[in-house]
Amino acid sequence: MNTLSENVLSGIDYASISRKNRSRDIIFASLGIFVLFIAITTLVALFLDLAMRGAPRLADPDFYTSFPSRRPLDAGILSAWVGTIMVMVVTAVVAVPLGVAAGLYLEEYAKKNWFTDVIEINVSNLAGVPSIVYGLLALGLFVQTFGMGETVLVAGLVLALLILPIIIVSTREAIRSIPSELREAAYGLGANQWQTMSMYIIPAAKPGIITGAIVGLSRAIGETAPIITIGALSFIAFLPQSPITGDFPFISFEWLNSGFTVMPIQMFGWVSRPQADFQITAAAAGVVLIIMTLAMNALAIYIRYRARKS
Amino acid sequence: MSANEMAENRIGQPAKMRAQSERPSETREHWYLEPEGTLRARVSNLKFWYGDGTQAIDDVSMPLVDKQVTALIGPSGCGKSTFLRCFNRMHDLYQGVKYSGSIKLLPEDENLIDLDPNIVRMRVGMVFQKPNPFPKSIYENVIAGLKIRGISKRGVLDEIVETSLRQAALWDEVKDRLDQPALSMSGGQQQRLCIARALAVQPEILLLDEPTSALDPIATAKIEDLINQLSGKVTVLIVTHNMQQAARISNYTSYMYLGKLIEYNETDSLFTRPMCQRTEDYITGRFG
Repeated sequence: MNTLSENVLSGIDYASISRKNRSRDIIFASLGIFVLFIAITTLVALFLDLAMRGAPRLADPDFYTSFPSRRPLDAGILSAWVGTIMVMVVTAVVAVPLGVAAGLYLEEYAKKNWFTDVIEINVSNLAGVPSIVYGLLALGLFVQTFGMGETVLVAGLVLALLILPIIIVSTREAIRSIPSELREAAYGLGANQWQTMSMYIIPAAKPGIITGAIVGLSRAIGETAPIITIGALSFIAFLPQSPITGDFPFISFEWLNSGFTVMPIQMFGWVSRPQADFQITAAAAGVVLIIMTLAMNALAIYIRYRARKS
Repeated sequence: MSANEMAENRIGQPAKMRAQSERPSETREHWYLEPEGTLRARVSNLKFWYGDGTQAIDDVSMPLVDKQVTALIGPSGCGKSTFLRCFNRMHDLYQGVKYSGSIKLLPEDENLIDLDPNIVRMRVGMVFQKPNPFPKSIYENVIAGLKIRGISKRGVLDEIVETSLRQAALWDEVKDRLDQPALSMSGGQQQRLCIARALAVQPEILLLDEPTSALDPIATAKIEDLINQLSGKVTVLIVTHNMQQAARISNYTSYMYLGKLIEYNETDSLFTRPMCQRTEDYITGRFG
């Protein structure tokens, strides 16, 4: 057997193998750079195009502080960005605790059997359901059956449903990535399951969980279809009531039941107008929306980076 | 051969005398010394199955002498770590495991297989193969077990931190940087911190699962010194793949093979006059 393998190896030209491998590396790397270049150029071109078209409105400070108007040059995004923030608050408050709890339960508490397998497959399936289907669900359930109306609360709830699978999956992955040594160290000291979770596992998984939540929210911020389905308005010349009031108890939840619009809807409304000047307004709103999304993604990256450093 | 038969083999004979007169025999499958001195635990006919149905421990019986160091040796896959992890019910974290037989804690005479695993782990401490301090400060690591037990008085904690770190021969190295992250320490220091963390809650039994296998020789020597110092104070059960280490630090040694206990003896006797052929083959390097 020894002589055989010596014969097999004796005639090989190592230099040519190495050369061939190196040229493959170069081909693959150039291909990668090319593809990356196309992707980034498209994104930058899109953004610059929007920014240039929207520049006249973007430069006008009134754009951010005015309500929409019939005259394109007076139209602003005040009600849209306020609406977006309010809807996002509802979405975060509903989706994050639910998603994290569900992920934690599935990963750490649930017994592994066919039932949890079915749940697991369906959670992944839910992540792939088109968003308009969530819109129809919300329209039938929240708006018509429960009679909740076309409100901030309903919009927040439907977006929360939409991003729940994303948060569940990312929570599970964050928890699964905690080395079992940490878990065994905690249990080995006599910690019970809750102590192990709350004192060691969740703090260690926190960066991953927060990142997942932000990625989910940055998807929700640009969603249009489900919000249109539940009947959001694209022309709103008032703000929901402020959550902070001058009278006791100083906090009001009236804004939850208020009509609203959000950035993508506002944009959609303007794009469908015939006047050319509204295209400028729409482009400007698009730039603001992209910046909002990028800012949230940047926050997610920063949290991950800081967690890796410590 | 069952534990009862094994017990009969030695009735009426002082173990040491017989150990000198008898030589390894081709036919002797098991040998088991009944130690003098107080016992902290006694394992009887312990069997253990993993969730996939594989039996990893097959009818093991052995005593654990109070405040002495007992080493478990054997080739990889012989079940020594599995056996060790039965003592704090670590296996119960995973689904489908099964035990039979008993590990009786003495003198309470409680079978820890029947107790709540959580309570068992409060009483039996463990140090793992790979140092696994929490990603927190050195101080926080030592008091972790106390926090879990609801002890939070600063003065008490400070005192326990110092005594535990002294016991683990780490105090002089870290006393000025207790608030530093534990992960900034060297691997050997981390492992001694893990020992201090386990000692801080005064375990009835301290389990060490190959505590030096991830460490360099100098760090290993420090841990061995530390284990020698624990002898006489704490009941220690240690798994090691290193026979010289077992010889250096333990008072009693068990040789395991294929999930069975082959020989349990005083360490000196086991290494100089093994009673079973298979033990002799292993310690002389003919096998394993």
